[in-house]
Parts: sequence; structure tokens; C-alpha cells
Amino acid sequence: MLQKVYDWIDERIDITPIWRDIADHEVPEHVNPAHHFSAFVYCFGGLTFFVTVIQILSGMFLTMYYVPDIENAWKSVYYLQTEVAHAQIVRGMHHWGASVVIVMLLLHTLRVFFQGAYKKPRELNWIVGVLIFFVMLGLGFTGYLLPWDNKAYFATQVGLEIAGQVPFIGEQLRILLAGDATIVGAQTLTRFFAIHVFFLPAALFGLLAVHFILIRRQGISGPL
Amino acid sequence: MSNKKQQVSRRQFLNYTLTGVGGFMAAGLLVSPLRMAIDPVLKHSSSGDFVNVGISVDEINDTPQRIDWTVEQVDGWYKSEPSRSAWVYKDENGDVVALSPICTHLGCVVSWEGSDQHPDHFYCPCHNGLYTKDGVNVPGTPPLAPLPVYEQEIRDGILFLGNPIEREGA
Repeated sequence: MLQKVYDWIDERIDITPIWRDIADHEVPEHVNPAHHFSAFVYCFGGLTFFVTVIQILSGMFLTMYYVPDIENAWKSVYYLQTEVAHAQIVRGMHHWGASVVIVMLLLHTLRVFFQGAYKKPRELNWIVGVLIFFVMLGLGFTGYLLPWDNKAYFATQVGLEIAGQVPFIGEQLRILLAGDATIVGAQTLTRFFAIHVFFLPAALFGLLAVHFILIRRQGISGPL
Repeated sequence: MSNKKQQVSRRQFLNYTLTGVGGFMAAGLLVSPLRMAIDPVLKHSSSGDFVNVGISVDEINDTPQRIDWTVEQVDGWYKSEPSRSAWVYKDENGDVVALSPICTHLGCVVSWEGSDQHPDHFYCPCHNGLYTKDGVNVPGTPPLAPLPVYEQEIRDGILFLGNPIEREGA
């Protein structure tokens, strides 16, 4: 049945070559843990992406209950934590995943660094990777405010003051992030929500696409 | 067709015009969203109003006393009345001084003679920060700057306070 559906589509739009380009490629022996167990270090990039996918999915479901408003943000989080079946698990995935993704990202970075895999011709992909790292930190920073509890509020206050220390444009940067010159409040929360849920993920998707296309074009760096 | 004036080919001309028109359309599309995003930076803050803090100058003596009042705060579409507080006293010239109680170290709340060991000082309980009566931080304690001083006005013998103004470190 499935084969028939596939054939029906393939006959019309010829998807097999597309599918082949995406999925059908050789995994070199030196990166395959089945051949050399130490090759597990090559898994960290993929694990980062895996956790990122979990973050996207769990985040999508969290927005079904979350309200980015200072009156209701905390209440909506409390409600989903206490009243909604399994929501505690979904929020737990998003909460812990946020930390795990940074850990995986660091391990991946360490592997690339110590194997010298960033060297010519892969310098561009290293740069893209660093940009991904910054986007991930931004996602962590903006996501941290959203529960709108004391920890979130004062962590953001500190973060905004750090942004204010940037030379020359610090003050403007701080206001741009906070949405108000003096208050960390309603407009800060909506801003952080928008950045967390739309702006940074959009940037992340673009960068990840470039990251993966470059890997495919250049191949994985050779054995040490 | 091969005379020298014909330097732009038809293809080039179309490329330039389409790129130009496309650029204008893209720019036109982006102006409003960008302006909307940076609006808070360009808005001048309307703060600076002086508020009646509910104490007359006669009630203020040379011992700092804590006063609390509320200000009307408009945060976008959200109006609230957060409380403010200050330590007020008259200095040796008889002028009213109103100090912010927010410690310049990490933002705890200081109080006058808050510790028995430190008379005649403002004391911060969090990390033993000390300030002299004029709000200047005592060197060797955590704070690196004096307590901010409120802008003040006296109208008909009643104290009105504005924003706390930060001062340079001692």
C-alpha cells in the first residue's frame, strides 16, 4: 500500500533523486562507531540537532498554554505544570533540553576544535557554527524570562545590564531588548517571547541549513 | 549597433531596473516593521514628574527617616502603582536631602543605623555595605558608588521627589 502511494507520487514528480540526495550518502569508516568505538565523538553534532528538534517540538506544544503577558505568564505556566496531563513532562523536556543542547553543542565544538576539523577548507562552516552557538545562547537567554517568576525576572535584569555595558550602543541595545527605557515589564516579556519563538528560531533554521549543506558539500574531515 | 554610446545592453538595463524596483519594494516592506521594533529606543521617556511624597518639610529633621510613596507607572498597556522609598533628612544648612535606599552594590535596601555596630551610617544587611550620612559609600565595603539622590522640589512646604540620580564613585 505504502509502496503504491510512493510509486504514484514518484511517477508524477520523480522524488527518488531528491530523496537520494538527502539521505543516500556514504558514512566513512572512521566516523562510524560500529568500526571504531572512539568514533562516538562524531555523534555530538547529530545529538545537538536531535535535542534541537526536541526543543522545537516541545516548545510548539508549550505555546498552546503559555501566555506572554505579565498578568498571566506565570499563571499559565503554573496551570500547565499542575493541571494539564503530561504538560509537566513536555515543559521538563524543554527545560532540561535547553541545558542539554548547550552541553552537546560544546562537546561538538570541542571535537571539531581538537581534531582540527575547522581548518581549510572548512573555516566557513566553523564560522556558521559559532553563529549557531550565539543563537542558541540567545534562545536560552530569552526563554529564561518567559515563566516570569522571580528568578527569571532578576536574571533578565542582570542580562539587560550586561547588554547595557556594550561600548557606545549599550544603552540603545538595552532599551531595544527591554522595550522600555526604565521598566522590565510587559513590553520586555512580549519582546522576549517574539524573539524566542519567531526571530531566533528563524535565524537558527537558516544557519542550520547552511551548516548541513556545507557538510554535505565538503564531506566530513578525514581521519586523524 | 556597435557605436560607443551603446554601453548598456538590453539585458543589463532590465537587470538594473528590476533589481532597483525590487530593492525599493523590499525596502518599503521593511521600513515599518523595523521602525516598529526600534520604537522604544527612539521614544523619549516621559518620566521626571515630581510626585508628592506625603511629608511636609517641617516634619523632616536632621535624623534620616524612611518615607514610602507610590508613583503611577505606565508600562505600555499596563498601568500600575509601584512603591518608592527614600531616606530624607535636613543637612547642616537646613536643606532637605532625599537618598535612594537601593544599595549600589547589588541592589538590596539599606537602612539608617541598620546595624548596632555602625552608628551614624547607612547599612546594607546583604554584604555589610556602609554609607556615611550624605550617602557616600565607605571605602573598603562592597558598594563602589554613593547612594543616588532624588531630584526634589518643595512646593508650599511639601516635599516632591522626582527620579533618583546616580552619583560617581568615591
